[in-house]
Amino acid sequence: MSSKQDEHWTKTKSLTTTTLVIWAIISFVIHWFGEGLNSDAFPGAYFMAGMGSQVAFAVLVFWFASRQNQIDEEFGFGEKLRGRK
Amino acid sequence: MIKLDGGFIQNLGRVYGLYTLGFLGFVILMAIFEAAGVSNTVIGWLFVAFTVGIYAMIGVLSRTMESKQYYVAGREVPAVYNGMATAADWMSGASFIAMAGGIYLKGYPYMAFLVGWTGGYVLVASLIAPYLRKFGCYTVPDFIGTRYGGNLARFCAVVILVVASFTYVTAQINGTGTVAARALQIPFELGVWIGLAGILFCSMLGGMRAVTWTQVAQYIVLIIAYLIPVFWMSNKLGYGLIPHFAQFGAVERVQELEALLGVGSMMPTAEAQAEAGKLAALKVGINDASDSLMAKWKFFTLVLCMMAGTASLPHVLMRYFTTSSVKAARQSVGYSLLFICLLYLTAPALATFTKLSLLDPNVATSIIGKSVAEVSTLEWIQQWSNVGFLKVVDGNGDGIVQINEFFMRGDIVVLATPEMAGLPYVISGLVAAGGLAAAMSTADGLLLAIANALSHDLYYKIIDPKADTKTRLVVARIMLVVIGAAGAFVASMKLTGILGAVAWAFCFANSGLFFPLVLGVWWKRANRAGAVAGMIGGFAAGAWYLYMVQFGGMTPWAGIDGLRFGMIGMPVSLVLMVVVSLMTEEPDAETQKMVEEIRVPSGKTIVQQ
Repeated sequence: MSSKQDEHWTKTKSLTTTTLVIWAIISFVIHWFGEGLNSDAFPGAYFMAGMGSQVAFAVLVFWFASRQNQIDEEFGFGEKLRGRK
Repeated sequence: MIKLDGGFIQNLGRVYGLYTLGFLGFVILMAIFEAAGVSNTVIGWLFVAFTVGIYAMIGVLSRTMESKQYYVAGREVPAVYNGMATAADWMSGASFIAMAGGIYLKGYPYMAFLVGWTGGYVLVASLIAPYLRKFGCYTVPDFIGTRYGGNLARFCAVVILVVASFTYVTAQINGTGTVAARALQIPFELGVWIGLAGILFCSMLGGMRAVTWTQVAQYIVLIIAYLIPVFWMSNKLGYGLIPHFAQFGAVERVQELEALLGVGSMMPTAEAQAEAGKLAALKVGINDASDSLMAKWKFFTLVLCMMAGTASLPHVLMRYFTTSSVKAARQSVGYSLLFICLLYLTAPALATFTKLSLLDPNVATSIIGKSVAEVSTLEWIQQWSNVGFLKVVDGNGDGIVQINEFFMRGDIVVLATPEMAGLPYVISGLVAAGGLAAAMSTADGLLLAIANALSHDLYYKIIDPKADTKTRLVVARIMLVVIGAAGAFVASMKLTGILGAVAWAFCFANSGLFFPLVLGVWWKRANRAGAVAGMIGGFAAGAWYLYMVQFGGMTPWAGIDGLRFGMIGMPVSLVLMVVVSLMTEEPDAETQKMVEEIRVPSGKTIVQQ
């Protein structure tokens, strides 16, 4: 494996790890506190499960995709799109 | 016909834009028909005939005899449209018909499905889909077979795929039958076969290519059908223009009412429940996030199982084989999630507004607290009681409907909402068309995943590697018809409710396939013996546990019930795969180099076919 490939993979791994840590927090840590999110002023548990987490996941995936793309470009591994038939 | 410059792919925006306008025009036309006095049955028929007719037309127009078109839609589907197709592929009868009802009846604990079924896409994007796209396989077992080598690994993957997808597809064909039966006023068994005919029309001639373009069309129908009634209700109840923001105020009102009416404390009497059979009364509040450790653990395990299942279900993963690049595959996961969220963000709002319509004494449509005699005269109560979807049992004999005396099936929250809230029948027709689109699109994806695995992996790769393209594609189509018929046959026997079978499919998939897929990319040391042990061990352990809990009378361990048996299968699979891999020889240099290649987005695909 060339050192360029090595370095690309190291960066990819660290991005993936970061993404998965954020994912685990949104998925598991926040919801572990379920009832603790609720207050008299706002139904926090309902909000997080019904809306907050879902929106956060979508943002996370788009962020991941653009960061990974930057990494690929940096090492010259970005794809040149072939002309369509 | 409209003239297209530069072919279909370049004009997708125009084609689907016109289609959407056409569909909205059709809905308006139906509203005019209704006002003019055309009967409900005719409107129901027209809705089904119009939408299914269009899907079938797209299916026929997309016919192909090229294997690359048939298996991966020519790898030219743009990220946004693939996202839409994936959303339709993904959102099944369970999402469309059963989800809001589940939230209504089972409250906060049920919302673990929402979190699990969206968060799983983070795993798809970061761990699996882009790498499989680079790999260039036609099917998921194709990846397992090539990465680990040998027919045994491929065969194990085919078996797990077939079991998981078949469990799932019977539920979808069942959903198609339910909706068709109600909209067309025909017997359920006949509805199942009519639904199957529509499904096969969309997939048989054009494979993945046809399924892709019908799924985009189906997504548009199902999302319009889901959103319109909720917007309508939110405004009608006076909570605000946009239900997604208005729902939080409504939740607070619902919580007040639930406390007042005794939700969670007033349980149905044993006799009343016996009379209601499988129908359920409201027992859990919409926002009752319990602080008990068991409740937290159950939420956690359900989320985890659904997420890992999302990332290992072949009919979802194979959608990302159709994009034009690895980069597009990643973006496409984001778009998929966005389009899925449009519906999933709406489901809790629908459940909440339905609760208000039924429980709030200040709302004209409410039934709790009214007299049994008065409620029994309501038209929608009569209609849905007749088909066994709801029942009022006056448990304490006081002649008033209490919260523990109103029994229903969760499915009616979506299907009957328009009638409950007093909306015109055209909305019911629209909802039926949406439910049909959701069930059909998922059934299409699943049938194709099964038939492709059998024709490509079992027949072409294992049985007859010399078969020519034409024979392979003929075999693929025969498989499609055979599997479809088998699915319809099982569905017509009505073995499980829609959701039970869906959660099983996720757990079968994650028990057997999650770690072999992920480690195949992320751990070079993973080898054939390890993968085979992981697949067989995980799948067998999960299946055994499900059997024991569901049919063998075993008490679930630590609250791990039939919906969560992946919690047993996955650890077994992981441990076996790692231990056996380490005990046996590492993969040869060629395989290791292949794994390195998968990790680089640019360059040719690994498999050339």
